[in-house]
Amino acid sequence: MDWSAFALSLKLAAWTAAILVPIGIVLGRVLAWRYFKGKSLIEALLALPLVLPPTVLGFYLLNAMGGNSAIGRLYQSLLGDSLVFTFSGLVVASVVFNLPFAIQPMQRGFEAIPDDIRDAAACCGLSRWRIFTRIELPLAWPGILSAVILTFAHTLGEFGVVLMVGGSIPDETKTIAIAIYDRVQAFDPANAGLMSAVLLGFSFVSIAFVYLLSNRGRRRHA
Amino acid sequence: MLVGPSGSGKTTLLRSIAGLYRPRAGAITCDGATWFDTRQKIDLAPQRRSIGFVFQSYGLFPHLSALENVKTTLGHVASERRDARARELLALVHLEGLEARRPAELSGGQQQRTALARALARDPAVLLLDEPFSAVDQVTRRKLQRELAQLRRQLDMPIILVTHDLNEARMLADRICILHQGDTLQMGPPEEVMARPLTPMVARLVDLPNVFEGKIVEHRPDAPLTLISWLGYTLETRYQPEFLRGASVNWVIPAENVLLHRRDRPSRGERENPVAGIITEYVPLGEHTSVTLHVRGERDHAMSMMVPSHVARRNGLGHGEHVKVSLLAEGIHLMPSAGQDRSALERGGVDGNAYKIYYDKGGSSVARSARKT
Repeated sequence: MDWSAFALSLKLAAWTAAILVPIGIVLGRVLAWRYFKGKSLIEALLALPLVLPPTVLGFYLLNAMGGNSAIGRLYQSLLGDSLVFTFSGLVVASVVFNLPFAIQPMQRGFEAIPDDIRDAAACCGLSRWRIFTRIELPLAWPGILSAVILTFAHTLGEFGVVLMVGGSIPDETKTIAIAIYDRVQAFDPANAGLMSAVLLGFSFVSIAFVYLLSNRGRRRHA
Repeated sequence: MLVGPSGSGKTTLLRSIAGLYRPRAGAITCDGATWFDTRQKIDLAPQRRSIGFVFQSYGLFPHLSALENVKTTLGHVASERRDARARELLALVHLEGLEARRPAELSGGQQQRTALARALARDPAVLLLDEPFSAVDQVTRRKLQRELAQLRRQLDMPIILVTHDLNEARMLADRICILHQGDTLQMGPPEEVMARPLTPMVARLVDLPNVFEGKIVEHRPDAPLTLISWLGYTLETRYQPEFLRGASVNWVIPAENVLLHRRDRPSRGERENPVAGIITEYVPLGEHTSVTLHVRGERDHAMSMMVPSHVARRNGLGHGEHVKVSLLAEGIHLMPSAGQDRSALERGGVDGNAYKIYYDKGGSSVARSARKT
């Protein structure tokens, strides 16, 4: 059992989820209530990671963040480090890859708030910020929590993108999924099996939690 | 009170006043303050308009208790006073003891009261109610209407209520405004609008049954009365010299101004516009019985009236019976015939291009005018 790989996966998942919470709230809220030109196009673009093979996405990200790219050079000159084959590069790739997993549940969460309730909040004299913190966030909360858990669990199990962008550097980019693959390649089925079982259990528990939350949320406001 | 059929613009008008809908042009002022004016480019957010709004679906915050729903709206009150004030407001709408309940744990009527308490919490300059009784059952509705009628006397603020229920309008309103397809057709005290509609369209919208067509025969300023011809009868009506001699007019008589002649013993009042017909509908409704007769047996001239049920029984009324009635001259109201609605609007002082709603009570007023778009 490669505990450092498991710890790295948890760290990556935590960072990804933490970064995606504000991004998802802002984008999910806009997509839930605003209508603008090209909205469908943007929604399609944000949903792409759901259907693209992770290797394809990883390939583009590798090119976009590599030493020869504008983004890669900018990052290098600002922080003196490379974006590819590093942990920070993994986080960036993971955030991009998880956009739909974060945005969609949050968008559904905001969409579920009836217009009358938001109008009523404005008519009650609540400022826009107060409406957001006191009315919208608590009501969209099940969606936000689902997004966090989905993103977290999904990042834990991510393989293709990590392999393309991060490679397999221990303590830097070697996540548990990569470690499992390594063990299989090295004819070590015992460890591969153990790590797979841990990942399976962890994923099941988190997904079950998402369903529990959404069922509870539905009952509470019925 | 704004009255009109679905799609007439009642709710849009209310939402415009609240700042939830932006009209293309016009102005909204309240108590001297301008809330909206396209010329001056003023458009205050709902938060900055002194309003209380009760939504058709109430719009209560589902995750907060009744008390918290009200407290949330008390942003202008010092925080240590909010709890007491919220409890006061809930008591005002008879919700003592239910403060801790969430909306889902309240009945429809209780939710409506919570929404009303919340709307009052801002001490608004105007209270806006969007079909506030449409989502509750009949019994609860009557009760809430009586409570609102009572509450209105305690509150020193104008109330604008949207409804399509005419009984509600008659019961609760000082003034009603009839809307149709975004236009104001008539405004005035409910008794006046219902007895003296400006046009046949208004008569139809306020559900007046007895609308007929006739011709002006002559005006008698000395009497004073106006004579019209109808179905071979010459009817005396209230003196209404604004109609030209010989002009076609629509006329209406509210059901309560149609009097049944006693069959056993004729009396003096029966010389007033006597009309004969055959009863084609006879519907007992408890104390009163709704009677419809075809005048001179003509299908197109159905006249409705309400007769106390004991009178109906004593006179042996029933389907197919021949009866005579008197049409009280004072109750006959003339309107331009259907094709001439526009001239009637101008005569009535309602500008075809703009409409305004004034609501005066307790020193504040709300006015709105908007150009038709």
